[in-house]
Amino acid sequence: MFISFFLELKAAKVPVSLREYLSLLEALKADIITYDVEGFYYLSRATLVKDERHLDRFDQVFSHVFKGLEGLEGADILSPENLPEEWLRKLAEKHLTEEEKKLIQSLGGFDKLMETLKKRLEEQKERHQGGSKWIGTAGTSPFGAYGYNPEGVRIGQDGSRNRRAVKVWDKREFRNFDDTVELGTRNIKVALKRLRRWVRDGAQEEFDLPGTIQSTAEHGYLDVRTRPERRNAVKLLMFFDVGGSMDDHIRTIEELFSAARSEFKHMEYFYFHNCLYEGVWKDNRRRRAEVTSTMDLLHKYGSDYKVIFVGDASMSPYEIREAGGSVEHWNAEPGWVWLRRAQQQWPHSIWLNPVQEDAWKYTASIGMIRQLFDGRMYPLTLRGLEAATRELSRKS
Amino acid sequence: MRFEGTASYVADKDLMVAVNAAIALERPLLVKGEPGTGKTELARQIATALGLDIIEWNIKSTTKAQQGLYEYDAVSRLRDSQLGDSRFNDIHNYIKRGKLWDAFAAGKKVVLLIDEIDKADIEFPNDLLQELDRNEFFVYETGETIRAEVRPIVIITSNNEKELPDAFLRRCFFHYIRFPDLDTLKQIVDVHFPGIKPDLLRAALTTFFEVRETPGLKKKPSTSEVLDWIRLLVAEDVDPADLRGDAKNALPKLHGALLKNEQDVHLFERLAFMARR
Repeated sequence: MFISFFLELKAAKVPVSLREYLSLLEALKADIITYDVEGFYYLSRATLVKDERHLDRFDQVFSHVFKGLEGLEGADILSPENLPEEWLRKLAEKHLTEEEKKLIQSLGGFDKLMETLKKRLEEQKERHQGGSKWIGTAGTSPFGAYGYNPEGVRIGQDGSRNRRAVKVWDKREFRNFDDTVELGTRNIKVALKRLRRWVRDGAQEEFDLPGTIQSTAEHGYLDVRTRPERRNAVKLLMFFDVGGSMDDHIRTIEELFSAARSEFKHMEYFYFHNCLYEGVWKDNRRRRAEVTSTMDLLHKYGSDYKVIFVGDASMSPYEIREAGGSVEHWNAEPGWVWLRRAQQQWPHSIWLNPVQEDAWKYTASIGMIRQLFDGRMYPLTLRGLEAATRELSRKS
Repeated sequence: MRFEGTASYVADKDLMVAVNAAIALERPLLVKGEPGTGKTELARQIATALGLDIIEWNIKSTTKAQQGLYEYDAVSRLRDSQLGDSRFNDIHNYIKRGKLWDAFAAGKKVVLLIDEIDKADIEFPNDLLQELDRNEFFVYETGETIRAEVRPIVIITSNNEKELPDAFLRRCFFHYIRFPDLDTLKQIVDVHFPGIKPDLLRAALTTFFEVRETPGLKKKPSTSEVLDWIRLLVAEDVDPADLRGDAKNALPKLHGALLKNEQDVHLFERLAFMARR
């Protein structure tokens, strides 16, 4: 039972395992729900989904599998996927007026109508997956007359339908929680925590219970031991692109910045514009007056620093490739030379890009910088940040 | 044994299904959701509804899984032995029971609430895997095995500060408490303030949803905030017409209960300023 549902969930990258599937069957056997689809939806959701980020994907799969779009012919009639059509039919029968039922007859009977409806749903689904909004069928559609609402199976205009009748899974209320969307500081902090490296360093201030017991047992008298406190020893250097096209991403970057500031004691940051050149600055208002030489940074911060560049990497290719390509000043050496140097000095360096990942291929300079970083460019989303921190914390 | 909500707790159908599944199959139920949507309250209400005792284990960042089972107080045993106290001969004197032990040894069904499991160390849930799965654990110091005769109903809440390990998740049922919609919220307020004036309720909830929908809020007010706020409104006997505040101020009356962040208050003041111009 429900094997295809299970497999589709797997295919949609909802992390389900056999164990969860078996618990679902067990739960069904235990009669927790009584033959209603909504109950089944809730039950399967509680058993199979373990993270709200996957709820949206689950809803999509559920609606796809149980909408009766597929596998309804012949032998499949007895399979559970059959249910929703029955359901559709019931709903329709309950809510159609006599007149409308006659109209259905004129259209070739209920089955014919359902078939057309199914086709329409399929079309709608495809169009939806294509990225544009769902389109209402009012107007020319034969379903308009019945007030067909593509959000669910609302058939029948009269009869005030309560909210519950719209299939809950089609509302996709959990859309926000997919982990490809952007993040708030709390989430960023959690993602950045991965970078922590605990080291006991400094004055011996903490009482060391196991050490005391050990040493007491060894000596035969109470021998109190202390040890240094655990501290986060990771060193982080961040470079932020400011101004120009980065203005669109200010909020995200602010969040990343504040999260990183509070999470790491040893964090240094500098600003640059578009591409790294010979100078960076710490205070944006006085960027002309107080420029720090990039060469000094390369000498000052050791190769144990983890380095994160944050920028949209969207610029003219000349700004990376050519000397004098910078839009703001005359640069004696091209941007890529400086990026190369940074890479050599700091092997643990990555580039975070607030631009959506699927749009990267449309900008040539993003590709160039990505290549300069050997592919270590990550989108500024939770998942991207996770991948980035994993890369950074890898021991070389 | 079925949970159907209580007089003072409005449970959606999806929540009831999840709770009942967890009760019937004797697995832990993991509850997540925005802060203030009643995660912790759920466990207490299940206990009330089913007439069971509740054992609460509040997790902090320093909590170790072992503390939930038992703690062996080696230091005081050592001290007693040095002072010649005869108590130290019996190791049982120095083993302190944890909450899990209490729940397992209760001898009847209890509700065990493990609150905010994500506060603890990343490895914490992994350390409890077997204990929660098999409802038994081994006490090394005395060589006993503590086994639950009656499995407790385990409710675990999380605020999503850390990701929980897959192996742990696989053993749980999961429910995400959504922020309630207008109708459910009305029901919830009704349950808490029976006999509230309908026009005040309507005005309050409309204002509340307006506040909640404002883009750019740092901390969105949630169910517990709206309940606090309405409690204040009822106590002050505010007239629904006055609720919107005066024209030069977009902030709703007694906004302190709703907006917990001075940036959010500023945001509203700015909006008011713009509306005036």
